[in-house]
Amino acid sequence: MGAWDDKRNLVCLEPIGMAHSWSLETYQRIGGYDAWKKVLAELTPREQIIDAVKSSGLRGRGGAAFPMGVKWSFMPRNAPMQKYLVCNSDESEPGTCHDRDILRFNPHALIEGMAIGGYAMNATVGYNYIRGEFLGEPVPRFEAAVKEAYAAGLLGKNIRGSGVDFDLHTFVGAGAYICGEETALLDSLEGKQGKPRFKPPFPAAFGLYGAPTTINNCQSIASVPTIMRKGPQWFAALGPANSGGTNIFSVSGHVNNPGNFELPLGVPFADLLDMAGGIWKARHIKAVIPGGSSVPVVPGETMMKVNMDYDSLKAIGSSVGSAAVIVMDETTCMVRTLERLSRFYMSESCGQCTPCREGTGWLNRTLQRILAGQATREHLGLLLDVANRIEGHTICALGDAAAWPVQSFLKHYRHEFEFMVDHGGRSIVAPDAPRGAQVAA
Amino acid sequence: MSAEFVNVEVNGVAVRAPKGEMIIRVTDAHGAYIPRFCYHDKLPIAANCRMCLVEVEKAPKPLPACATPVTEGMKIHTRSPKAIAAQKATMEFLLINHPLDCPICDQGGECELQDLAVGFGRDISRYQERKRVVKDQSLGPLVSTDMTRCIHCTRCVRFGQEIAGIQELGTTGRGENMQIGTFIERSVDHELSGNIIDLCPVGALNSKPFRFQARAWEMTQHPLVSPHDGVGSRLYGHVLRGRLMRVVPQPCEEINETWISDRDRFGYEGLASADRLTVPRVRASNGQWHDADWDSALDAMAKGLRAASAGRGAAGAGFMAHASCTLEELYLLGRVAEGLGSSNIDHRLRQRDFRDQGGDPAAPTIGLAIADVDGLDGVFIVGSNLRAELPLLAHRVRKAARRGAAVSFLNPRSYECLFPVAHVLLANPARMLTELAAVLAAALEAAGAGAPAALEQLLANARPAAAHRAIAAALGKGKRAIWLGALALRHSAYGELRALARELARVTGATLGELAEGANAAGAYLAGCVPHRAPAGTARASYGRNAREMLEEPLPGYLLLGVEPWADGLQPHTLATLERARFVGAITPFASPAMLQVAHVLLPAAAFAETSGTYVNLEGRWQSFAGAARAPGSARPAWKILRVLGNLLDLAGFDYQSSDMVRDELRAAVERAPRVGYESRFAPARPDLVEALRDLSMYRVDPVLRRAPSLQQTRAGQAGDVEFPS
Repeated sequence: MGAWDDKRNLVCLEPIGMAHSWSLETYQRIGGYDAWKKVLAELTPREQIIDAVKSSGLRGRGGAAFPMGVKWSFMPRNAPMQKYLVCNSDESEPGTCHDRDILRFNPHALIEGMAIGGYAMNATVGYNYIRGEFLGEPVPRFEAAVKEAYAAGLLGKNIRGSGVDFDLHTFVGAGAYICGEETALLDSLEGKQGKPRFKPPFPAAFGLYGAPTTINNCQSIASVPTIMRKGPQWFAALGPANSGGTNIFSVSGHVNNPGNFELPLGVPFADLLDMAGGIWKARHIKAVIPGGSSVPVVPGETMMKVNMDYDSLKAIGSSVGSAAVIVMDETTCMVRTLERLSRFYMSESCGQCTPCREGTGWLNRTLQRILAGQATREHLGLLLDVANRIEGHTICALGDAAAWPVQSFLKHYRHEFEFMVDHGGRSIVAPDAPRGAQVAA
Repeated sequence: MSAEFVNVEVNGVAVRAPKGEMIIRVTDAHGAYIPRFCYHDKLPIAANCRMCLVEVEKAPKPLPACATPVTEGMKIHTRSPKAIAAQKATMEFLLINHPLDCPICDQGGECELQDLAVGFGRDISRYQERKRVVKDQSLGPLVSTDMTRCIHCTRCVRFGQEIAGIQELGTTGRGENMQIGTFIERSVDHELSGNIIDLCPVGALNSKPFRFQARAWEMTQHPLVSPHDGVGSRLYGHVLRGRLMRVVPQPCEEINETWISDRDRFGYEGLASADRLTVPRVRASNGQWHDADWDSALDAMAKGLRAASAGRGAAGAGFMAHASCTLEELYLLGRVAEGLGSSNIDHRLRQRDFRDQGGDPAAPTIGLAIADVDGLDGVFIVGSNLRAELPLLAHRVRKAARRGAAVSFLNPRSYECLFPVAHVLLANPARMLTELAAVLAAALEAAGAGAPAALEQLLANARPAAAHRAIAAALGKGKRAIWLGALALRHSAYGELRALARELARVTGATLGELAEGANAAGAYLAGCVPHRAPAGTARASYGRNAREMLEEPLPGYLLLGVEPWADGLQPHTLATLERARFVGAITPFASPAMLQVAHVLLPAAAFAETSGTYVNLEGRWQSFAGAARAPGSARPAWKILRVLGNLLDLAGFDYQSSDMVRDELRAAVERAPRVGYESRFAPARPDLVEALRDLSMYRVDPVLRRAPSLQQTRAGQAGDVEFPS
């Protein structure tokens, strides 16, 4: 290893490994809150902050990868009404766990990022929407950090005598994947059922309580203080063109050493796999879902040649997504994997719009039929057709997210599906095992 | 302000459309149909059914027409392969879990899903998995549920949020398990809730009373007008083999939009009541009732009325009618009374104070068009349980209030309005006068005017507080109205209330209106069914006895037209008074035990929907309708009965061939009549005694409603009358 050692944990996870990395004291030791204090002291022009974020190349880390500075510039920051900044810590994309570690180990980076963002967009109130399952450790850590920041005079009204106000509140969701969709998150935050809103209007025009609102991913916001401190050029230069900065890759699956790896974008997958200890049990790589369960699966041999950045992954038909890298070895039955994924989307569909509500269940039941040995080859065509009929027809992207795995699994591993259909439900990876038996991992 | 327009192209045809208008409204206006389920003109946009996906050039995905605003240069394709593919995809998804029980579904034949499945569905399903089954809920006696059929369009949910003002239905669960329901099992009680039956595009929500009664295609559709309140909602009656099977709304933007109240929708059930009179009946001298043929019954009626009137003049027979009788019936009743030398005629059975009737307007109205109520800026309503009295007028007021109108009430209790209310003045019946005087005093104070001499006594102790001043101030600007509701009309010092309201209207410049009870109160005035006015509004030289007087002191004889004074009026001991009359004849659809107790001759009359006629609503609109259903047995339209009665009584000019002729005669007289104002010679004074006030259950105000079983089972039907002690 070694090649990437000095490039790990440069931004969001910088204090990791330090004692009480989550405390204000530790954070300040690495220069935390310097950027915020500078903004407060100089009352930096808001435009300048937004331009800095733009030129840093920071893109939304939640999955959509929208340029963050551009998003910030959409806010009508001089409009005379209340404006809001909302942090999306409703991290629920299967395989993803980087927001969790930011909240646990570096919550002050998020707080400082929100304060700077709130100032830049003239939003005086911020909400951190944290997924309900984080009640155990991340929520108390974050809340303790907010308390520390208030006590240190870094949040509140007329902060450090600057005339700048910023209040930060925590909101804990109730455990729905769909609430990670930004407009569903807003509805949930308002106390309603979490159901995506139709856009337009976009949140920047009509967001929380009808007021202009920006919603950013936790990791995106937590990257802002470092960008302000070390400069946007430093950040942009970490990665290749169009992929500025670092990303926290949550590597899971059949590796020896799963975990979060904050690395510059553009790191070769092969190196990332190395850092994660390689494929376990001396097996071979079969497939990788490189960006959370919603992005298309990629065969292992293709992955081994690709760099982990936006353009490279797009070129091979997949996406950085939420940077949750799910690695599968050769014993993995792709039919069973897809069935498990489709079950997730079926149970997480909000039920609002027809194609997703009805289609996700249809996909899952058809896959169950295949596993049960009750399907014919026509069902494979049907499966693809149903996926195609969901894709692009729904209010939010959950429909697309449910369709893409089906399309990509069938594209790359159709032979596995055909084998199972032709052999009464037996898997190609364990043709001698009885039908429907768990394949040994 | 000139509206901005954009140029768009719909299926290759250039179209100009208002900027920001949704695609579906533009295409609808230009005859390019786009299939839809969740979209409804009157409801907020949900964009959840995805049936209206259309292709828009340069858009990467098909866009929902209901939620996509048109922009300059937009090229919309509603029938392109891409659009059709998207629509067909949605249809397939909608059908996979929808039961194929159309043959036993009441919605069959008028089902939006069924209709669109013909156009966009496949002939066989590709779905082989288990279908979803959803447990039904009981929503009360009016709306039946088959929730397995639900396609989750949420129209019913949005109806509650947007129109009713109370969200009685909502969604629970997510994904496939999402369900529509009340969450905690309860009935749906809003007085407009029956509209969710029409809104539901499938058979999930249907009419419970109509369940399994008929198929849509078997029935004929006939336009009708609501007989239950003065809004005059347009209805369609659906008739099978002469029987009125159900009632649905007839869209009419100026009156009821697309809604009707539950009593308009379910009141028809009362027509099939067991005490429906189907043959003429005569009581013999021994007190025994026997069926009679029409000739002998009419003879007995004529004889009885003649004997009760002969030479008695003002002390002769009394004539009472229900305000839901048609204009033609009321007019002919007046002519019969006139022929018998009596002006003892009235339809105002619940009014208690007639001292100022000489100052009545030509006909009671709300003072403006019903559609203009939406645009009111301020309205002050005195004595009204508005949602119960006039549900659809209340809906209009709600729209005004949500727009920002200041709506205030003076009431004996606080009624739940489900819209923002600016001020409520609560006062028992006696104090209502003082409170209204205080509002007037505030208005006079603001205008710098002194108290008019006639009102000095009433204004003597008026102490305006902040609320009174605020109400008066709200009446000083924009479009504003003051309405006297049914509780004011039933007030024993109605004269004083109206004198104060009239002065308040004069000082503030607001329009004064009266929310008279019954579907045809205005028509009754015009037809001369009042003791102080002849037809077309001519003041009578000497007033006959009003309803209260007729029921306080027995007259020698009575003719009751479609009315049950013991139930429709508020006078105590009515039955005893009527029993003391020598002769009581009734032209009535119903023969209740009470009717049999007091009457001597019963002539079976056609009821609502069974007769042609005309109603005049509270904006003064004349609405004529033809008979839709067959009257049971040998019952006849009341106007025909009265015409024959006129002939039997040898009265001149009773040769009408149709109800239209009756109406036209009256209409001509109304148009000829000089437009004179009526001067009030009434001297208001502080009353010594104010009577208790009674708020009637909204489902007991007319004979048909009292016999409608499903309405009686509702929460409002179970609630009794409320009496407010003075």
